[in-house]
Amino acid sequence: MISKKIASVLCFIIISITSLDKAKASEECFEGVSRTIFKFNLAFDNVILEPIAKGYNKLPNPIKIGTSNFTSNIATLLSIPNALLQGNLAQLGHSTGSVIVNSTVGILGLFNPAERMGLKPHKEDVGQTLGTYGVGPGCYFVLPILGPTTARDSLGMIADTFVDPFAYITIREKELFGISGNDLDYFSVKGTTAVDFRADNITAFESLEKNSIDLYSSFKSVYLQNRENKIKNSLGDQDDWGNLDN
Amino acid sequence: MNRLSIFFLSFFLMFQSSLLAYSTDPKEFISELVSEAINKLSDKSLTIEEKSEFIEKIALENVDIPALGLYTLGELRKTSDKSDVSRYQKAFEKYFLKSLTSRLSDYSSSKFEVINSDQKSANYTIINSKILPNDGNPEIKIDWRIYTKNPDKPLIRDLIVEGLSLARTQKEEFASILSSNNNDINILISKLEEFTKE
Repeated sequence: MISKKIASVLCFIIISITSLDKAKASEECFEGVSRTIFKFNLAFDNVILEPIAKGYNKLPNPIKIGTSNFTSNIATLLSIPNALLQGNLAQLGHSTGSVIVNSTVGILGLFNPAERMGLKPHKEDVGQTLGTYGVGPGCYFVLPILGPTTARDSLGMIADTFVDPFAYITIREKELFGISGNDLDYFSVKGTTAVDFRADNITAFESLEKNSIDLYSSFKSVYLQNRENKIKNSLGDQDDWGNLDN
Repeated sequence: MNRLSIFFLSFFLMFQSSLLAYSTDPKEFISELVSEAINKLSDKSLTIEEKSEFIEKIALENVDIPALGLYTLGELRKTSDKSDVSRYQKAFEKYFLKSLTSRLSDYSSSKFEVINSDQKSANYTIINSKILPNDGNPEIKIDWRIYTKNPDKPLIRDLIVEGLSLARTQKEEFASILSSNNNDINILISKLEEFTKE
């Protein structure tokens, strides 16, 4: 039964991906469903994630910074194979160097001495790698709990679990350099990452909620802009003002 | 991703200036305007109402609100009736100012630094800057799109915080509302008016 569901999801993604040339990211896969899921995610956030994030924000700064460094260091592991897949040797060096330095000198990633050494890895995932190959985002939709995504990025999200060394030693329960873990380790780190992100953005979320006429669309725009920038590895300005003169 | 928080924290910084005239050089203009604004918003002797009033005034003087309104309306600005566009512009201005002042409480003391200036064309200059929050959070990159068609009066048209464009976000939000309502500009105007009445 479960495998049938997975197959359906994969079918949907493949169909979406095959039509990427036609579908722009601004196009919706199934807006009605996405808006319903978005409401569910907001409720989930109000009841669970936000209260935890507010509690997290009350922790002493060194604990928060250490936690943020730790989860960031683990997330950088995914950047290593992706930098390789993108043929970006400079980033491969930054990512690999950062993980090695922070995991050792930085005591399991709790500190970030790599940054002081000039190592600045970008966070890369398979969705971004596909983007650098010229694969368009495909249509946009919202996943329960996981939030906004596109056809390309959702496929990338699944592929991430196959190329991410951390996923390899946890959810796949393999051994790498004598280290292994389990599902609980994986989801604990992912959960903590989500709380850390949410805690960082308490004010921003409140402000967005308070000032948006259509919150769903604001989140969509912010998500898509952010993904475009990550693929380009820049904070480039979108010059679509044209000849709008007064 | 600290970008969202920065996005809104710095959102209102763009509208802070004094009643004094600022330099006509885009780089100096932003530097003077934001420095003045930070001083004003950090002034504990001012009430929230006084700060809101101040922000509204400088936004009207230094932000190209009419152009921002047209930009956020998208292609509909070309096909809509002129009187509808004019009503929309009025509603948009009120919406914009209310949305801006409501973010006042988000402000926290920060250091501001202009890094670079990049003249894209005769009409546009992008000013790169950064904000260093005093609470120890990482620095925030902010780009300012300055409209320089009148070199004696530069105007802010957009703010791009860590790559997220305020104008584009607003435009896409409005586009979604319009697309769900048969591109009826009147629905958008009503929604903007509802927001300002709340």
